[in-house]
Amino acid sequence: MLLEVENLNIHFKSDRSKNPIHAVRDLSFSVKQGEMLGVVGESGSGKSITNLALMGLLPDSSLVTAKKAEFNGHNLLSLKDKQWQKIRGREVAMIFQDPMTALNPFLSVQFQMVETIKAHMDISKKDAIDKSIELLSLVGIPSPKDRLKAYPFELSGGMAQRVMIAMAISTNPKLLIADEPTTALDVTIQKQILDLIKMLQERQNMAVVLVTHDLGVVSQYSERLQVMYAGEVVESGPTKDLISHPEHPYTHALLGSRPGALVDNLRRVPKTILPSIPGIVPSFNERPIGCQFSPRCEFVTPECQRSPIPIFESEPAHREYRCIHPIEHVVIK
Amino acid sequence: MKIFIKELFFELKKNKGSMIGIVIIIISCLVAILAPIIAPHDPTNVYTEYLRLPPSFVTGGNPQFFFGTDDLGRDLLSRLIYGSQVSLSVGFAVVLISLVIGTFLGVIAGYFGGFIDKTIMRITDLIMSLPSILFAIVIVAIMGPGITNAIVAVSIVAVPNFVRIIRAQVMAEKNRQYVHAARLFGAGHFRIMFIEILPNCMAPLIVQATLGFSDGILNCAALGFLGLGAQAPMSEWGTMLSDARSYIESSPWMVTLPGVCILVIVLSFNLLGDGLRDALDPRLKKQN
Amino acid sequence: MNNILEVKNLNKVFEIKKFLKKSLSLKALSDVNFTLGQNVTLGIVGESGCGKSTLAKVLTQLEIETSGEIELLGKKYKDYKPREFHSLIQMVFQDPYQSLNPRKKAFDIIADPLRINTDKSEEEIRELVYSMMKKVGLRAEFAQRYPHHFSGGQRQRLGIARALMLRPRVLILDEPVSALDVSIQAQVLNLLLDLQKEFSLSYIFISHDLSVIQHISDKILVMYLGRIVEYGPRDEIFLNPKHPYTKILLESAPTLTVGKQTKEIPESAKGEIPSALYLPKGCAFSPRCPMVTPECLQAIPELLNKDNRLVACFNA
Repeated sequence: MLLEVENLNIHFKSDRSKNPIHAVRDLSFSVKQGEMLGVVGESGSGKSITNLALMGLLPDSSLVTAKKAEFNGHNLLSLKDKQWQKIRGREVAMIFQDPMTALNPFLSVQFQMVETIKAHMDISKKDAIDKSIELLSLVGIPSPKDRLKAYPFELSGGMAQRVMIAMAISTNPKLLIADEPTTALDVTIQKQILDLIKMLQERQNMAVVLVTHDLGVVSQYSERLQVMYAGEVVESGPTKDLISHPEHPYTHALLGSRPGALVDNLRRVPKTILPSIPGIVPSFNERPIGCQFSPRCEFVTPECQRSPIPIFESEPAHREYRCIHPIEHVVIK
Repeated sequence: MKIFIKELFFELKKNKGSMIGIVIIIISCLVAILAPIIAPHDPTNVYTEYLRLPPSFVTGGNPQFFFGTDDLGRDLLSRLIYGSQVSLSVGFAVVLISLVIGTFLGVIAGYFGGFIDKTIMRITDLIMSLPSILFAIVIVAIMGPGITNAIVAVSIVAVPNFVRIIRAQVMAEKNRQYVHAARLFGAGHFRIMFIEILPNCMAPLIVQATLGFSDGILNCAALGFLGLGAQAPMSEWGTMLSDARSYIESSPWMVTLPGVCILVIVLSFNLLGDGLRDALDPRLKKQN
Repeated sequence: MNNILEVKNLNKVFEIKKFLKKSLSLKALSDVNFTLGQNVTLGIVGESGCGKSTLAKVLTQLEIETSGEIELLGKKYKDYKPREFHSLIQMVFQDPYQSLNPRKKAFDIIADPLRINTDKSEEEIRELVYSMMKKVGLRAEFAQRYPHHFSGGQRQRLGIARALMLRPRVLILDEPVSALDVSIQAQVLNLLLDLQKEFSLSYIFISHDLSVIQHISDKILVMYLGRIVEYGPRDEIFLNPKHPYTKILLESAPTLTVGKQTKEIPESAKGEIPSALYLPKGCAFSPRCPMVTPECLQAIPELLNKDNRLVACFNA
């Protein structure tokens, strides 16, 4: 395993309340070398906080505990700042939702790329420029030599994201964390960027954690899927099984509330009422004791609300779910 | 609005400087209001037998006059206490006048843009291109010395600050979708400017008003010092400073005490203003 | 056929002034023609720079058209008095965080359109506000709260309630669900469908999300760089797209199909959307089009009737 996390908990100190906020609860997952893991969750699900924790970028007001958090032989919990700097950007890289704010607007693409490459590799400036050109053409930027001189504001959103990806893979990282990399982009550009990430993953045998709120985005690209809700993993497993046979009512409802995927050829009758999930995601200080989804779940029983729900495993299919009434076992009314 | 004030106070409490500022401002306000009760003497009463008496805790002092007396034998402590009345009301008047005029012009300039904006902004540029105290002197010189004219002059000088701050804020707000929505249900310009947009520009306005308070006090004191502000026998700190100038070597307390008063009150308002700026800074706050 | 809204040859050009240089003109909308019937939803799809937001602004007269004509209920826009106009056409905005005045209570946000445009007493307004809040699924006790107390979905409900207070015939929805979480999106879409029936509304629904457009629309209008490239009934467009841009758009849309080989986008279609400031001489899509012919580079294709829809392509 390249990355292995067991029982990760993240707390935040808060000015306004005495109890720290429990943002991420008992999160366990692992990523193999060369694999793409899709992480799906709505706002407040804790998916972005988890990423920042993996990069060691959480603020000091946070408290991260875990039974195990190992990346490529490093224990992530005991790393000092200096050691983090060696791993961050070199072994783990990250790309963000908004490439425009991730690039420094006052510096040229060349300056930013060469800086990044030279920070991690012992090569001359000329070699670094050559490598930058090579990387830019790899990520599909036409006339990379000219683009190197450009400033971020001269690039479109899609181009800027390509530059970010080029910078991220410049050190041949073992793991790339992509946090909503296409949310700010147009549909036709989104597909190109996702195709690019997939291509690089296969070519460089790199592991990718693709975080998104859109099930449609991950379903075609990731081998495994992990669904998060209110700071917990509610379900994980191979993408295909998970989407065709969701076990957890939340996954089930999330799939059901999509307004009809196109290639399903009008599977949902247009202009009819969609099966929606009532209510909203509980805020950090209003989370229930038992199952987080229970207030919105149609299959809820008193048992669900009594105590935290453990993870159940179904061994042959590598499926995990945090539910005592998985869909297979409930009679759908 | 209640929640707004509560939140503001919560943020302010974290800032020690601004809390000190608030305490001093409250004390000075109380002193100003209770002046007739707490002042030991009439500030204009002349005790001819006690000229330039040092403070009571220094050798040669008289316990009757805690901070001593001035060159005419008036009790310094009482004059300082009554002086706070003048300074605070001057500050208040200046802020009120410049805030109203500045906000009005700023909203109009920011909202309409174009020719109106250019005209208003060039006039404010003109005022700002001269040192403010010089400009105030010119105005008082034209209108004649006196506390009322000093207030008017200092207010005019303070207007451009408000205009600029409000204009920038209005320009940012007017492209927000809620303004479009208001236009779509037929709200008029006046309504959009003053009912929809203006309440959303309060944060920088509050900060500027606090800082304007100290500027106003300082500028009025300066005019008083130059003999263009409050006239005798009114006890005003700037005027007191000016009257005591010639005795700086023989009776230093006469110069020092009004100076310290001006310093402390201006400093407290600045501390509060800086604290408010931090507390209200939208960049430090989350989007809700 | 009673058309509620009829748009004829609509053009919108923005002049961009440059210091010491020739000013540039940006054609945000070029020759836009369409009609909108009663109870019908027209979905407008396109990527950034296609002019869909400009169209929304022109239709609500937040921006004034450069040329062309718009008729609402058979009467030209310019013949309407403002009051009458505002009560016929209203808009729901994209960003529920920006579209509500943060210093106004929910009640006032909904009540203000009535206060400004009608002579109803405060008592009548109260009644109307509470019944509208109930219709959009907001509890009465929310009336005295400020927008920051509401979640994204609830804010969008508030925005919808405000737009409906004057009982408009046409509602322009500019990306109304794209800022919302998936589970909330469905709630708002359901609400919109309910309200359409109840108030017999005509919708112009603008979105970049094809699955949402597909669900809510009767007719689809696909735009690219200010022009209509394809316009027709939903099923025709989605099941049998004719314009190469529509095809690529549909193939790029994220879908839930697992394991199915995703279609490769033709190499030529990769790359960026060109700037609307420097449009090619012929068809705007020609630089990215996999089916491009010499003809496409010379002239702009007209919007012609082919297979039950209008399409602007020489080779469709």
